[in-house]
Amino acid sequence: MENISIPNKKNKIPLLEVKQLSLSFPQYKKGFEESYIQVIRDFELTIYPGEIVAVVGSSGSGKSLLADSILGILPENAAINGTLLFKGVALTKNRQEQLRGKAISLIPQSVKALDPLMKTGRQVQGIIRDKKDKKRIQEEAFLKLGLAPGTGDKYPHELSGGMARRVLIASAMVSEAQLIIADEPTPGLDELAWEETLSNLKQLSEGNRGIMFITHDIQAALKIADKIAVFYAGETLEIANKEDFSGKGEVLRHPYTKALWLALPENDFKVLKGNQPESEDVFPGCVFEPRCPIATGLCKTNKPDSTMINNGITRCFYA
Amino acid sequence: MGLLVAISIFSFILISNSPVDPVQSYIGAEISRISPEQRTNIEEYWGLHRSKPEQYFLWSKAVFQGNLGESLIYRKPVTDIIWERFSASILLMGIAWVLSGVFGLILGILAGMNEGSILDRIIKSYSFILASTPAFWFGLLVLMVFAAWLNWFPVGLAAPAGSLRGEVSLADTFKHLFLPVLTLSIGGVASIALHTREKMIEVLSSEFIRFARAKGLSGMRLFWRHGLRNISLPAISLHFASFGELFGGAVLTEQVFSYPGLGQAVVRAGLGGDIPLLLGITLFSVVFIFVGNFMADLLYVVIDPRMKTKQAHD
Ligand SMILES: Nc1ncnc2c1ncn2[C@@H]1O[C@H](COP(=O)(O)OP(=O)(O)OP(=O)(O)O)[C@@H](O)[C@H]1O
Ligand code: SF4
Ligand SMILES: [Mg+2]
Repeated sequence: MENISIPNKKNKIPLLEVKQLSLSFPQYKKGFEESYIQVIRDFELTIYPGEIVAVVGSSGSGKSLLADSILGILPENAAINGTLLFKGVALTKNRQEQLRGKAISLIPQSVKALDPLMKTGRQVQGIIRDKKDKKRIQEEAFLKLGLAPGTGDKYPHELSGGMARRVLIASAMVSEAQLIIADEPTPGLDELAWEETLSNLKQLSEGNRGIMFITHDIQAALKIADKIAVFYAGETLEIANKEDFSGKGEVLRHPYTKALWLALPENDFKVLKGNQPESEDVFPGCVFEPRCPIATGLCKTNKPDSTMINNGITRCFYA
Repeated sequence: MGLLVAISIFSFILISNSPVDPVQSYIGAEISRISPEQRTNIEEYWGLHRSKPEQYFLWSKAVFQGNLGESLIYRKPVTDIIWERFSASILLMGIAWVLSGVFGLILGILAGMNEGSILDRIIKSYSFILASTPAFWFGLLVLMVFAAWLNWFPVGLAAPAGSLRGEVSLADTFKHLFLPVLTLSIGGVASIALHTREKMIEVLSSEFIRFARAKGLSGMRLFWRHGLRNISLPAISLHFASFGELFGGAVLTEQVFSYPGLGQAVVRAGLGGDIPLLLGITLFSVVFIFVGNFMADLLYVVIDPRMKTKQAHD
């Protein structure tokens, strides 16, 4: 196994690098003419060990498919392009198969991810490679996450939503994963469970693990993430540092990120009008142009490239 | 129980209003030889002069005491005939039931796992065609091909004609069962296969299978761990609930193969105006189908943990 323990972050090899990732699905239209709908475009992301990177985007922006792309569990008809590197080595289909569930672990979005006909304890034990100690390891993980003893003997339908989520988190905890992809672990939780889940994630990152924290909850992202990637209609519009979210959002680079920040209750509560475009819609220019308050003619016809600004990345002509 | 009473009343009304004359059925062709007085005597002996509700009451009272009356054409107690015939039928139905369940499940799983492939399309069209093929038609076809042309299997009966009970070898029993079992299981295979296919596709696209794949499971291990249980549960339950169709299929199949089972007896009872036997078998089949449905429900409660706690909460 490759082992990275260089303390200086600048010299570290990234745990995960995603470069120019695109994903599309064939779609049959009238007249049997085949066309593609693009769900992810030129996606960029880098995660270092010990880092939590949030991927923030609204519903349907392609976040779960991003997770599937990294794990290699996309539907068969998906066409994927771009570069995926894990610890500097290309993530081929074969390598994905070897690594998933081991070095790369998923915390799935839905509590329906638990097999309804199997006791939760057994489902978590199935991941543990140490066959002799798996029961003890599972029970310890449950205890650490505040699940009462005996929870492992229950079936998923006997648990509350919050408990089921913790079971899902436990399955990442007992794995030997260096990279954990948490797909929306917080929706539908009450205040307390929300706080707990976030601190559990934070706890997970402490063993030098990298975490990709997929969410549409920008507050949750700001609470624990080091970096925040803003995902919109399949594109990364901005990758900002946590500190950039302050004041009236002057340091933020992209108009969409600013709008997200200003929409928070503790700020102006100013909600941006309109909706994210559908994945069928094709834009020759900037994807955000229809809703952008500072758009110009250039934005309508030309696509802005990702540029590095002030230690962050953005995709806007006027950042 | 309420159902049983309702059905018994319903069939009683149907049969006693039908043009069947029980006296004629009993006497047969010699009806013209008996005098009107003799006829009245018989009717009185059977209670036919009483009102219909009274007749029903007397009959059901006897049924409660385990007495289904005497068959008019076989001249034996109805219960004896039912047991004798049922033991032949249960062999046929039981084997067909197990086979159609196993093969239906396997075909459904194969089709569902390879959705859209040629294999899937073959299994699907095969099932659709078979599901809409009447059992007797298929039975005739099988008879023509395997018994008449190829001469591989006997044309009918449960044992070689003229052989005595106890003398029939296992091989003979098997030979005589083969074609009827084939005919009877064909229909069952189709419905289980189609149902399992749907379920398999649903399970394969479920979140828990996606998660299991994310955990590194694949192929047979994935199927054993998370697939089979989720698929077989509804299939087994459906299969138990299909006792009614099984029984209906057996009636036709036994007729085609002159297999001396309950199905054949019911047809003869109907044609021969044997009211006690007809009513007896009707009641028996209701109980039989009810047992199937009951097992289906029971099985769900026993195997499916979701049902168990739901019951505990009620
Ligand atoms: N197999 C598929 N074929 C075609 N389109 C698909 C397929 N799977 C997903 N999509 C589309 O891709 C888009 C992104 O889906 P995805 O589930 O990744 O969104 P998401 O960001 O995770 O949303 P949510 O916050 O609701 O979980 C959706 O518009 C969806 O309709
Ligand atoms: S490129 Fe133009 S439309 Fe897009 S965000 Fe920047 S200013 Fe707005
Ligand atoms: Mg999602």
